[in-house]
Amino acid sequence: MIDAKPDRKSRKFREIDQFDLSEKSQYYLLPFRFHRITDEKEIIVNEVGDYLLLSKGTFERIVRRQLDKEKDAELYGDLIANFFISEEVIPPLIDVLATRYRTKKLFLNYFTGLHIFVISLRCEHTCHYCQVSRVTQNKDLYDMSIANIDKGIEIMFKSPNPHVTMEFQGGEALLAFNNIKYAVEKAERIAKEVGKGLTKVICTNLALINEAILEYCKEHEILISTSLDGPKYVHDKNRHKPHASSYELAIKGIELSRQVLGHDRVSALMTTTKLSLDYPVEIVDEYFNLGFQGIFLRNISPYGFALRTDKSKYETEKFLTFYKKALDRILEYNFSGHYFTEDLAKIFLTKILTPFNVGFVDLQSPAGLINGVIVFNYDGGVYATDESRMLAEQNDYTFKLGTLDDSYNDLFFGKKAQEIAQLWANEGLTGCSECAFQQYCGADPVHNHATQGDMYGYRPSSDFCQKNMEIIRYLIELMESDERIKKIFESWAKTATH
Amino acid sequence: MLLRTKGKPINIEEHLVGKVTRNPDQLDENSFLLIDDSLSELPSKNFMGILSRQDEFEIKNGENVVFKIPTLDHLTDGDIVSVGSDGNINTLYRVNSLHNTLLATERCNSNCLMCSQPPRDKNDIPTYYKIHKKLIPLIPKDCFELGISGGEPTLMGDLFFDLLSQLKTELPETEIHVLTNGRSFAWNHMAERLAELDFKRLMLGIPVYADYYKVHDYIVQAENAFYQTILGLHNLARYNQRLEVRVVLHKQSIPRLTRLAKYIYKNLPFVEHVAFMGLEYVGYTPHNIQKLWIDPYDYQDDLGEAVEFLAGQGMHVSIYNTPLCVLPERLWKYARKSISDWKNDYLPECSSCSKLNDCGGFFRWNLKKPSEYIRAFSA
Repeated sequence: MIDAKPDRKSRKFREIDQFDLSEKSQYYLLPFRFHRITDEKEIIVNEVGDYLLLSKGTFERIVRRQLDKEKDAELYGDLIANFFISEEVIPPLIDVLATRYRTKKLFLNYFTGLHIFVISLRCEHTCHYCQVSRVTQNKDLYDMSIANIDKGIEIMFKSPNPHVTMEFQGGEALLAFNNIKYAVEKAERIAKEVGKGLTKVICTNLALINEAILEYCKEHEILISTSLDGPKYVHDKNRHKPHASSYELAIKGIELSRQVLGHDRVSALMTTTKLSLDYPVEIVDEYFNLGFQGIFLRNISPYGFALRTDKSKYETEKFLTFYKKALDRILEYNFSGHYFTEDLAKIFLTKILTPFNVGFVDLQSPAGLINGVIVFNYDGGVYATDESRMLAEQNDYTFKLGTLDDSYNDLFFGKKAQEIAQLWANEGLTGCSECAFQQYCGADPVHNHATQGDMYGYRPSSDFCQKNMEIIRYLIELMESDERIKKIFESWAKTATH
Repeated sequence: MLLRTKGKPINIEEHLVGKVTRNPDQLDENSFLLIDDSLSELPSKNFMGILSRQDEFEIKNGENVVFKIPTLDHLTDGDIVSVGSDGNINTLYRVNSLHNTLLATERCNSNCLMCSQPPRDKNDIPTYYKIHKKLIPLIPKDCFELGISGGEPTLMGDLFFDLLSQLKTELPETEIHVLTNGRSFAWNHMAERLAELDFKRLMLGIPVYADYYKVHDYIVQAENAFYQTILGLHNLARYNQRLEVRVVLHKQSIPRLTRLAKYIYKNLPFVEHVAFMGLEYVGYTPHNIQKLWIDPYDYQDDLGEAVEFLAGQGMHVSIYNTPLCVLPERLWKYARKSISDWKNDYLPECSSCSKLNDCGGFFRWNLKKPSEYIRAFSA
């Protein structure tokens, strides 16, 4: 039996001040970071992403130990309760903090999940922002060989992850549909044998989609992911297809795919170009009117074409203006009772508002390359990310981990992987290590290399940093100034985690 | 609802626990015969004893008897009672109720300002344990739910686990709901030991009253209670125990209520249920009413924000002990008729209310201290 005496001499009630565990206003700082959000407000964020919004100057008072337990009672309570300060050197709930930290890094638990198979580099589109694809009939040179498909599948099933995803990309993946069928059926057999979960995705512009292909997708539970850049006048200019309207084909394809597979088995991704920047509202409307639950406002990747031509080059500032206008439009839909999300915001909000996290390649730390995703190129090259293989098309093989003939260990734990691993955690990067938004952001060595010439990156002039910092700041400013927006954002964050 | 009565005992030496029946044919060695008026002839089989209203009773074969009991009307065939050597007859289990509870002990290591059943420091654990040991095998196997409360049940120590283990074996269909302050589970070995029982129908209801230790510790009048309870919840979650967080609403808990909701979501997202509970005007509460009273009407905004935040994040939330007329209509879907039947009552003005059937009403003792804003809804 537990000690039969209660831990008290009498049951006389005591006043609240008698329950202070530390009488003086003496406290220790736990790790946290700060940032100015607006002219009047600053934010502090702790190691597990919980934040407090404070009036200007409060951060300084906290770190200078100028808080008074009596006069600042409410703030003092907030800081203790939210793991910013502690009255003991080791906080009594440090184990809870540790569990919370583990939860935030849960995306690391299972190692590589997404396996991208560049099944063919051939394409029938000539999109101006794509530099990798080839308009050609030469299958021998530009399709992934059966031998390489076999090796890719073998490596995929060596992943310790209990659930792997096989994603077919191009070029236009459907040009090699027979090889996709071969790969799907082989992977399904092995998944069943070894007891792993298997998700299959085909990325396609839908120009070649037909009922026979879709029936096959239905039978094999394959998801469709397509590209849609906005209304016809944006989409067709971005995504050029000789002698046809890419937009018309995409719309027809989306409808047909939904009919056969079901509404939620088809997703679409947009890429922002210089042209798109003038149509934030129209692009959002297009997605809304087509019955999608949200849109992912992606800026154009700086790889290949974008670096080489003026056509897709634009400043981050312009993208941010575009982003905010589009987000405004999305919020209008939500104000009128619709559930419609912006998916970049949804990723950030999940990190800001929930105890959970989402794995997303360049918005996690350690980064998702190798840890979360690997790319098997059409020619047997193995790359750290989709962007890495695009660099390779410009003869930059920095992120080539090897080939499908190499061993699993050499690819995933070899020299190249080790080199990248030095720089894939933002906790250890100058300019990130002290950033208030570190927990909400991530590291992207590939982007740093492509835009700044080295994997480490230089934050003061990094467009990655400029974009993410401002979007995170803006999201916080929005929800802290409008209760309605906070409710909407909370509902977005929820669906990302449950 | 009457739960205890008393008569004159004959031959009763130790606590007897048995079912009651008015039908001599149903009698067995585990049951008492109830005699309201008279009985011509005693059944000849073996049975536990006789409980009678008769003013006089003539012993024939050394039977265990309590007579001159003022009333037996509150007892239904199948109810289980304990009968003491002093003639006290306590109802332990009511066959027609969904709200049966075993009182584990009246001892407690906290001393909450609003305790509805103030603790007593005498060691009653062995006595209650013996009674429960006899009671549990008699409980009908189709009993849907059984509560265990106190005091603080974990103060039973080893006997706490023995009790649960017996319940698991004897009542394989019954949901067991234990009310504990969770502080004992700050010792990981306690949580580990609970997990070893592998008791899937067990749920622990654990109170958290603030996100800031000082406020919680003040409310429960115990130093370090907050930290122990939160660590306890985490230890229990580590072993996948089913958990419920209970929050009592009063003047001390309301100011940080919305912060508490965020704290629960951030730090305790694994709990299966969060219950926000109106204050009971009984036990310590009348004594501390100056420190505790806030009209439910005046905290509905805070309550609404807390409830809707947690529900919005996908957590299962309920509001207990709060009449519908002091809740905004958008919160009605969270209001449960939570008050045990024998404690439940309504005000005179409720009789004309069109929502009466949907409303949980009041604790009987809260009729003395209702909200100022109670009103009947017209049809």
